[in-house]
Amino acid sequence: MDHPSFPRCLLAVALAGGLSLSGLAGAADTIKIGVAGPMTGGYAAFGEQFWRGASQAAEDINAAGGINGKQIELVKGDDACEPKQATAVANRLLDQDKVAAVVGHFCSSSTIPASEVYADAGVLVITPGSTNPKVTERGLVTVFRMCGRDDQQGPLAADFIVKELKAKKIAVVHDKDTYGQGIADAMRDRLKELKADNRVVLYEGLTRGEKDFNALVTKIKASGADTVYFGGLYNEAGPLLRQLREQGLKVNFLSGDGSLDPAIVTAAGGPQFVEGAYMTSVREARNIPASQAVVKKMKDAGFDPSGFTLYAYASLQAIADSMKGAKTSDGAKLAKWLKSHTVPTVLGPKSWDGKGDLKDTSFSLFVWEPDGTYKEMRK
Amino acid sequence: MDWHILAQQLVNGLTLGSIYGLIAIGYTMVYGIVGMINFAHGDVYMISAYVTAICLAVLFSFGIDSLPFALLATLATTMLITAAYGWTIERIAYRPLRGAPRLAPLISAIGMSLVLQNGVQLSQGAKTQGVPSLIPATLRFGEGNDFVQITLVQCMIVVVSLTSMAALTWLIQRTSLGRQCRATQQDRRMAAILGIDTDRIISTVFVIGAAMAAIAGVLVTLNYGSFDFYIGFVTGIKAFTAAVLGGIGSLPGAMLGGLILGLSEALFSGMVNTDYKDVFAFSLLVLVLIFRPTGLLGKPEVEKV
Repeated sequence: MDHPSFPRCLLAVALAGGLSLSGLAGAADTIKIGVAGPMTGGYAAFGEQFWRGASQAAEDINAAGGINGKQIELVKGDDACEPKQATAVANRLLDQDKVAAVVGHFCSSSTIPASEVYADAGVLVITPGSTNPKVTERGLVTVFRMCGRDDQQGPLAADFIVKELKAKKIAVVHDKDTYGQGIADAMRDRLKELKADNRVVLYEGLTRGEKDFNALVTKIKASGADTVYFGGLYNEAGPLLRQLREQGLKVNFLSGDGSLDPAIVTAAGGPQFVEGAYMTSVREARNIPASQAVVKKMKDAGFDPSGFTLYAYASLQAIADSMKGAKTSDGAKLAKWLKSHTVPTVLGPKSWDGKGDLKDTSFSLFVWEPDGTYKEMRK
Repeated sequence: MDWHILAQQLVNGLTLGSIYGLIAIGYTMVYGIVGMINFAHGDVYMISAYVTAICLAVLFSFGIDSLPFALLATLATTMLITAAYGWTIERIAYRPLRGAPRLAPLISAIGMSLVLQNGVQLSQGAKTQGVPSLIPATLRFGEGNDFVQITLVQCMIVVVSLTSMAALTWLIQRTSLGRQCRATQQDRRMAAILGIDTDRIISTVFVIGAAMAAIAGVLVTLNYGSFDFYIGFVTGIKAFTAAVLGGIGSLPGAMLGGLILGLSEALFSGMVNTDYKDVFAFSLLVLVLIFRPTGLLGKPEVEKV
């Protein structure tokens, strides 16, 4: 076997040197903030929403003078929705990049282990999208979320299934991930309270990343279910819905906020498959009056700020405001400040309780229209 | 379990298995001829899904409304472009490593897989892409709610897979090109001494494998309607499993392995539990490998002296 030739070695050394030099440059007059999520892998669309939203926020805050005179510099962290990679990314953001705070992560299964790392280091972290209750239930003071909790949205779906749809047989499907199974379980727990858990005829998990759920669909058909509840993301919800309809099942379909994204229409292969599906989510961020200017700016730049984009924007706003208000980047002090102040964000004014949960989250139900859009259901 | 549910699960499994089989051909042929596992093959299949969608969009934007013509044109173009990818990948990532230890091309393959995935993510975006449902026609057998249904696309998947398989077997067994392939597989140096351009034959095998993946890509895109840059990963692993199950290096083995894998997934999912269908499929693989280490139709490797 050859040894690498001398010029190549030199090149490698030069590259490594260049990297560390660029790492040192500009450390003094900027504040580094991490943006962590699935930037590659099957759920990279959500990571892109995080990055676009946070980048726009950083641009806007920097244009208005930055934080205490310092400019924000964002650092990307890619966890690919893998728990193991999430802790590695968290450590890298802290040790190498020395970030002062973090916007992230996306999948609850990544946020839960990564937030332990941030909390140990006393660094503030706000997740724009992890709704699993456990995220804020572990007494970690520097962990916040900019979204609701699955034990709020799961029960809403259960109430609707029992009281409005009057379902007789319910099939519960989840994606075996912390978020998906968590929200499906929260829904099932509420069915238990309503004494309707004997109506659950099927409870099974599918594999994330697959496209063929025909065998499961045939099984749902055999179970005679009239309502299907799916806990998971649109990537799987789309094909599942399409295959349900293709096999001629006229069942009611419900899901959570991970599926409420215009991309589900593409994932299903057309609006005719998604029509009539119900989904629980927080208010549509693009319709809030406070967000209109930002929505227009991002749309003009060619990116539709759907899904969690504006939540990432708001998360960075909250971090910036707490740093301005508390005049520090110490996580514990920032957390204390956030828990006692109301922050004006692109999603409207936000305030947090002692656990780091939003005080005012209210979920509502949405239904998909024949033209491939969704609207909020008014009661 | 009612008969119509069982029959439906068989249809589901057969469709899934045919797709696994088509992709498994690419793994098994490349392994047979150069003894390496082409981990980028799943991503070649992913590329073909994108090419399919682009072709269809272009054809429809030119106002071509004859569906059979559009599909045939798309199939031909996709096979051509994907085959070009297969050829290029072999040229860039594997040929320079022909003399290197076995591990080197394997790592190169994994690298190629990442390059393709991330390249597509960057150029096409991370979002799920899709094509509208083009062929909604469905055959239903049975009455009322108790029916077995086969969509026209599912029929196409099974028929096209079996036809391609038969054509390929004929190519390998009966033609001069096939004879050269088999000679190169048995002993590359001897084949070269006898005047076979082995580099060209190896390229041809990569091209054939990619073209088969392209057929699978077109069919899958028509059947499921959506794809993203990551679909090559899960499907690639399943197809690779199918190839090993059937006996890696064996052409009929790839198809058999695919069908067994697809059917066992569907039947286990339907009768027992969806959560553990992969566990069942892989346990089956372990069992087969314990009793037949070279897979169902694989030939034991003869120690070359």
